Amino acid sequence: MSERLVVNPIDCKAHGACAELLPEMITLDEWGYPIVDPRPVPPSLERDARKAVNACPTLALRRLRTDDR
Amino acid sequence: MTAATAGAFHDGASRAAAPSDLPRLLPPVQGGKRPQDLAAHLARHGDLPYRDRIGTPASPGALIGVIEQSGLTGRGGAAFPVHRKLNAVLEAADRRRRTPVVIANGAESEPASDKDATLLWLAPHLVLDGLQLAAEALGADTAILVTHADRKHDVAGRVRQALQERLSLRLDRVPVQLAVAPARFLSGQETALVNHLGGGPSIPTFMPPRITERGLNGNPTLVQNVETLAHLALIARRGPRWFREVGTAAEPGSMLATIRRADGQPRISEVPLGQPLRYLLGDPQQTTPESAVLVGGYHGTWLPAAQAAGLTLDNRALERVGARVGAGIVISLPPDRCGLVETARVVRYLALESAGQCGPCLNGLPRIAAALVELATGRPRPQTVEDLQRWSGLVTGRGACHHPDGTARFVRSALVTFAAEADRHARGRCSAASTAPFLPIPAAAAQTEDDWT
Repeated sequence: MSERLVVNPIDCKAHGACAELLPEMITLDEWGYPIVDPRPVPPSLERDARKAVNACPTLALRRLRTDDR
Repeated sequence: MTAATAGAFHDGASRAAAPSDLPRLLPPVQGGKRPQDLAAHLARHGDLPYRDRIGTPASPGALIGVIEQSGLTGRGGAAFPVHRKLNAVLEAADRRRRTPVVIANGAESEPASDKDATLLWLAPHLVLDGLQLAAEALGADTAILVTHADRKHDVAGRVRQALQERLSLRLDRVPVQLAVAPARFLSGQETALVNHLGGGPSIPTFMPPRITERGLNGNPTLVQNVETLAHLALIARRGPRWFREVGTAAEPGSMLATIRRADGQPRISEVPLGQPLRYLLGDPQQTTPESAVLVGGYHGTWLPAAQAAGLTLDNRALERVGARVGAGIVISLPPDRCGLVETARVVRYLALESAGQCGPCLNGLPRIAAALVELATGRPRPQTVEDLQRWSGLVTGRGACHHPDGTARFVRSALVTFAAEADRHARGRCSAASTAPFLPIPAAAAQTEDDWT
C-alpha cells in the first residue's frame, strides 16, 4: 500500500520541521512554506515520512493512502 | 449597472448561424426588462415535471439519468458535470444515512459578472424550479438560495417575492431559505459558502472531505450555480435532446455571458457554447495590435484581440490557448486603456481579497501585486518580470482554494499579452490615452473580520 504526503495549507504555519526531516521530498519556498513532492512515498523513505508527519507542530502534514483519491 | 438597467441583450444569440430557440432562460427580447411573474413563467415553461400523484418525485435516479444524457455542466465557472455531483451526493447520503442539503449559488462574487443577478431578477422561478427538482431528486429536506450582498437591485427581495407567489400555489415541497453572501471575492466558493451558512466566516476550508460528502452541518451537500439549476429545470421539462440542439457535441447547451465593451456596461447575452467570440467582441475595425480581450473574468486569461477573434466560447477551443470559459465573462479592453495598469488594479484587489489563510497566497499575492504596480507605473526593476513569473509558479496549486491559481493564470496571461507594452513601460512610455479605471472593482476592501461574515 503506497501513500503520499499532503499539506493542509490553512493549518501550515511554516515551522519547517518537515523539510528538515524529509529533505528528499520536501523543500521550502522563499517564505518558508513546504513544497511537497506529490508522488507516492518510496518505501525507503517511509520511516522519515512518518517522522516528518509526527513532527509537524500544527498537524498540517498528513499521510494519505494513494487510493484515497 | 446590474440586472434590470442592463437588461437582457441578445444580439450575440440572434447572430448565431444555427436556428435556435435562444434565449431559453431569460424572457424573450420584447419583455426583456420585465421580471417574469409566476403566471408568465408557467405559461411559457409549463408545470414542474418529475412528480407523481402522491407528491414524491417519480424516482431519484430518473432525473439524474436525464441530466447525464444532456451533458449539462456547472455554469459557475468550473464546468463540472452536474450528474456526477448529483450522484456523489445521493451516494453519500445513502451510505451515511444522512439527508442531503441543496444550495443554489447566486453569490456571484466575481465583480465583472452580472449574469446570475440578471437571471435571478428576470427569471427567478426557473432557478427556484431547478432548486426544487434537484432537492426532490436527492430527497433533500433543506434548500437554500444564496444571493450577493452588494447589488444595486434588490435581488433577494425579488426572489422573496417569487417564493411568496409559489407559496400561494403550494408549488414547493422542500421549503426554500434565502441567505445573502458577503460581498467578498471568495464568498461564492463552495466551501466558503457552506462555511458561511454554517455560521462561520465566508472563507474557504480545506478538502477533503468534499462537501458532497460532508457539507452543511455535516450533511452531503449539493452546491450548484443558479444558472445551472435553471438549465436543469428546462432539461427536466424538455429533455436532453432539446438541450443538445444548441452548443457543441462536447459542450452542449447555452450559457449566459456577461459582455463588456468600450462603454464598460455589462450586457447579458445567452449564447450557445461554441459561439464565435468575434460576435461578442467590439467593432473589429477599431482593433489595434495592442487590443486585448479578457476571457473568464479575474481568474481568467488575457488574449490578444486578433487571436480571440478566431476562437469560440467553449473550453475545448479556449484550453488550447490556456484560457477557459469560466462563468462566461468576455471583456474587450478599450484601445485607450493600458492592460498592465488594469491588471495591476485588479490583482491588488485580488490580493486584498485573499482570505490570508494559506502561506503561499498570503505571501505571494501582495508581492505579485506590488511588482505589477512597478510594471504598470513604468519603474520596473530588471528582475520584475522574472519575479512575477517565479511567484506565479510558487503560489499555483498550493492553496486550500483556487484563488492563488486563478490569480496566477490572470497575471501570466497579462505578461504574455502585454509584453510589448511592458517593454514600452521600461522605456518610460505607455500607449494608453486614458487613465480612467475600466475593469469593475468593488469600492470597499475588507477592513475587519465582520466584513467576512
